[in-house]
Amino acid sequence: MSFLKSFLMFLCLMAGLVGTGAAQSDLESLRPLVNALAEGKYKETQKQIGDLAATGNPAVAPALEALGAGELFFRKSDKQVFIAKKAGKGYALSDPLTLEDAGETGRRAVTKIKVNNNLRRVIRSALGSLTLLAPDPKVRMAAAEAVFKAKDPEAIESLEAAIAKEIDDDVRLVMEQARAAAVLNSDGSDGDKLEAIETLASMGNREALSLLIGLRDSSEGEVQQAATRAVNTINKSLALWDNAQNIWYGISLGSVLLLAAIGLAITFGVMGVINMAHGEMVMIGAYVTFVVQELIRSSAPGLFEYSLFIALPLAFLVSGAIGVGIERGVIRWLYGRPLETLLATWGISLILQQAVRSIFGPTNREVGNPDWMSGAFELGQLTITYNRMWIVVFAILVFAGLMLVLKKTSFGLFTRAVTQNRRMAASMGIRTPWIDAMTFGLGSGIAGIAGVALSQIDNVSPNLGQGYIIDSFMVVVFGGVGNLWGTLVGAMTLGVVNKFLEPYAGAVLGKILVLVFIILFIQKRPRGLFALKGRAVEA
Amino acid sequence: MKKTLTGLALAGLMTSTFAGLSYAQEETIKVGILHSLSGTMAISETTLKDAMLMLIEEQNKKGGVLGKKLEAVVVDPASDWPLFAEKARELIEVNGVDAVFGCWTSVSRKSVLPVFEELNSLLFYPVQYEGEESQRNVFYTGAAPNTQAIPAVDYLMSEEGGSVERWVLAGTDYVYPRTTNKILEAYLKSKGVAEEDIMINYTPFGHSDWQTIVSDIKTFGSAGKKTAVVSTINGDANVPFYKELGNAGIKAEDIPVVAFSVGEEELAGLDTAPLVGHLAAWNYFQSADTDANAEFIETWQAFTGDEDRVTNDPMEASYIGFNMWVEAVEKAGTTDADAVIDAIVGVSVPNLTGGYSAMMPNHHITKPVLIGEIQEDGQFETVWETSGLVGGDAWSDYLEGSKDLISDWRAPMSCGNFNVKTGKCGGSDS
Repeated sequence: MSFLKSFLMFLCLMAGLVGTGAAQSDLESLRPLVNALAEGKYKETQKQIGDLAATGNPAVAPALEALGAGELFFRKSDKQVFIAKKAGKGYALSDPLTLEDAGETGRRAVTKIKVNNNLRRVIRSALGSLTLLAPDPKVRMAAAEAVFKAKDPEAIESLEAAIAKEIDDDVRLVMEQARAAAVLNSDGSDGDKLEAIETLASMGNREALSLLIGLRDSSEGEVQQAATRAVNTINKSLALWDNAQNIWYGISLGSVLLLAAIGLAITFGVMGVINMAHGEMVMIGAYVTFVVQELIRSSAPGLFEYSLFIALPLAFLVSGAIGVGIERGVIRWLYGRPLETLLATWGISLILQQAVRSIFGPTNREVGNPDWMSGAFELGQLTITYNRMWIVVFAILVFAGLMLVLKKTSFGLFTRAVTQNRRMAASMGIRTPWIDAMTFGLGSGIAGIAGVALSQIDNVSPNLGQGYIIDSFMVVVFGGVGNLWGTLVGAMTLGVVNKFLEPYAGAVLGKILVLVFIILFIQKRPRGLFALKGRAVEA
Repeated sequence: MKKTLTGLALAGLMTSTFAGLSYAQEETIKVGILHSLSGTMAISETTLKDAMLMLIEEQNKKGGVLGKKLEAVVVDPASDWPLFAEKARELIEVNGVDAVFGCWTSVSRKSVLPVFEELNSLLFYPVQYEGEESQRNVFYTGAAPNTQAIPAVDYLMSEEGGSVERWVLAGTDYVYPRTTNKILEAYLKSKGVAEEDIMINYTPFGHSDWQTIVSDIKTFGSAGKKTAVVSTINGDANVPFYKELGNAGIKAEDIPVVAFSVGEEELAGLDTAPLVGHLAAWNYFQSADTDANAEFIETWQAFTGDEDRVTNDPMEASYIGFNMWVEAVEKAGTTDADAVIDAIVGVSVPNLTGGYSAMMPNHHITKPVLIGEIQEDGQFETVWETSGLVGGDAWSDYLEGSKDLISDWRAPMSCGNFNVKTGKCGGSDS
C-alpha cells in the first residue's frame, strides 16, 4: 500500500517534470507507441510493451502501471488510449503520458485493454528497469525486486548504473542481488557467475534457492560445483527455519483454538453445561463484524480501519445477550440433566443457524481485512502474516482479561463460589441464578469476540460455528475441565502437534492422529491435563 | 427462437384434446427441485433453487409447457446424503413430479441414482463433476473433466498460460477431487511431466488453517521451474485458502492458482484485490458479453431483488438443462420419462455465452470451455476459450479401465458403459 502511495507521488513528480517545456515534444513522440496498445491481442500487446520499455523513457511508466492494473482503456471512436478510473457509472479519463485530466466518459464508449498473468509479468519487469533511478527509495526497492524476478541479462547495464548511483544501502543490496540473478542467466564469464552465486547464497531464501537449483541443473564444471554447494548450504539453513515455522504455525493455530474454546471453557468447564450452540455464538460475533463493516462502508468509510474495535464490544454484547437469553429461557430448567441440555442446545444451534441463513442469506459474506491486518512481513526466512500475528496477540489479551475478571473482580469471586459450592454460596447471600445467567453470558460474549477475530481468517457463513465446536470441546476436555490454564496449554499443544504432523501425515491424517492421541490421553488421565483437585471434584 | 417456442406451445395446446381444454387451466406439470436449503451445502445450492424458481416463473410467463403451467415443488434434503434419496422418492411418488432438477455433491447424486432408475424419472444435474458415470435417467449439464480440467491444464502448459512445468494438485478429500486429480495426474504424465514435478495434497472439508499448505506450495514452487496450482478445493474452504494466499504474497504472476470450484458466488465473500490474475475454468462467466446473458442477469437480479447478486456456472447449467427439458417435452408432446429420454438426445438450446449447447447420446452436453482471471471487482475476465464447443466425455480417456468405455443411450445400444474392447455393455469388468 505504502509502495503504491509513493509510486503515485513519483508519478505526480514525473508529470511535473515532463509537463514542462522541451520534454513535451519528446512525449508526443511516445504517443504512437502508447496508442498502438489499442490494437491486437495478448501476443501483440506483449510486443508493444517491449517497444515501450525499449524507449527507456520513464514517462511511459504510468501507462504501463495502469495497463498492469487493468486501468488502461482505449476510446472506441478514435482508438486513443487513456488511463481510466471508475467514477460513478462511467470512467474518469486522464492522458497516459501527460497525466492531464481528459474528462469523463460512459462505460460503453471505452474498451479495456486486456492483460493476463504473462503480460503482468512482462510489465512488472519492464517497469522495474524503467524506475530503477526513481527519486523515491521505495520505488527503487520495488523496481530492484521486480528486476530480480525478471532475471533479464539485458538489465545488467542499467542495474550497474543504478548501483553506482544508489545511496540507500538496503536498496543497493537488492540491486546487487538482482544483478547477480541476471548474471546467472547471461553468457557472462565463469568468474562473474561464481561471484554471483556467492551473492545469492548469502541471501539464503527460497528465491535464491530456486535460481541456484536452476543453475545447478543447467551448468557444468566449477560453476555447477559452486551452485551445488550453495544449494546445500541454503537447504540446511532452511530446514532449521522450517522447524521455527512449524512452531509459529502451531502457535497461530493454537491461538485460534484458544479463542474458539475459551468461552466454552467457562460454560462447559466452569458451569458444566454442554453447550452445543457455542459455535453459533462465535458465528454471531462474526456476523456482527459484518454488519458493523457494512454500516461503516455505507455511512463512514473513513472508520473502516477501526471497524474491528467497534465490532468487539458490540459482538460481546450481542452474543452475551443471546447467551443470557438461552440460559434464562432454556438451560436453567435443565441443570443437572446433561443429556437433555445437550439435545436442547443442539436444537438451539440449528435454530440460530437457520435464522442467520434466513436473515443474511446462505452465501458467504465479505468481511474485509483492515490494512493493518493484511499482508505479511519477513522474519529471517519466516513469513509471518499480520492477521495471524494479531490474532495470537488478541488471544493472549482475551485470556489475560478473562483471568483478571475471574480472579480479581467480585463477579469472578461469586462465579467461583457458585461453581465450587452452590448451596453454601446461596446461603452467603449470592443470587446464584443471576450469577449463572451472567457467567453463561460471559462465556457466550467471549465466543462472540472470538467470532470477530475469526471473521478475519475464515468464512463468514452460517456454518462458521460448526467447524469449531468439535475442536473447542477437544481443547477443553484435553486441557482439563474447569481450568483456564488447562485450556491455554491444551490449545497450544494441540496446535503445535497438529502443525508438526501436517507436513508428514497430511492434513486429513494429521487430524485423525490428533484425535486418536486425545482419546488415548483421556484413557490415561480422564480429567485432562490440569485436573481440579479437592472437594469441588466430588461435588 | 422464442417464436418457435411459442409456436410449439400453441401446437401443443391445440393437440391437447378439446375436452381437456376446459380444465387445462388448473392442471399443471410438476417440476421437482432437490437442492439443500440448510446444512453445509445450503451455501451453494440455495442459489440454484432460486434460479430454478425463476426459470419456471419465466417459462410460465411464456405460457408454460404443452399449454400447461409449470408448478415447482421444492424440498429440502438438508445436505444429508441419504435424505436426498428419500426426498427424491417423495418428489416422484407423493408429489408426482415429471422431472427433478437438483443435487450438487457427487455423493448426493450417487445416493439418488437408484431411486430415479427404479421409478423411471428424470434428473437434471447442473454441477461440474468427476465423470465416470452415465445413467439413463440422468442428464449431466455441468462440466465433465474433459470440459473443464483438461483444457485448463492445457492452457497453463501453453506459452500464453505461462509454460508451467511443475504442478500442485490440491483438493478437498472426497470423490470429485480425487477422481479429477487421478485423471489429471495420468494426463500430465502422458504429457511428459515427471513424477517429482507433481505434488498432490488433500485437505478435509471446511479446512481453515492453510498456513502449512500455502508454505508447502511456496517451497514446491522454488525449484527453478514455473509452478501452478490446480485447485479442486471445495466451497467453504476456499475463502481461508485464498486469504492465506493473498496474505502470504503469492502472486498470480509467480504461482497461478486455477480453480474448478470457485465461481463468482464464492468470490462474493472475499476481497479479491490481492487475488487478481488467479484463474478459474468454467463453461460460463457472468462477464460473458452476450445479449442473452445480459437479459439473464437482469432477470435474475430483478427476481432476487438484489442488484449486486451474481450469477455463476451451475446456474447456467440449470438454465440449459431446464430449457432442454422444455424443448424435449414439447418435441415428445408428453412429459412421460421414456418419451423425453428418447426425444432429448440431439436437442440443442442457446447457452449464455453466445452459442448453442446440444444434448449428446451419453447424456452430457456440448459447451465452450472458458479460462478466466479473477479481477478486482470479483468478476472473471476470459483470457482464453476453446475455439468451438467441447462435448462432455462420460468416461475419461486417461484412466485405465475407463478409456475403453463409451456411452450411448440411443436405441439400439442404450448403454451407459459399453466396452469397445469386449463389445459388451457392462463396464470394464465384463
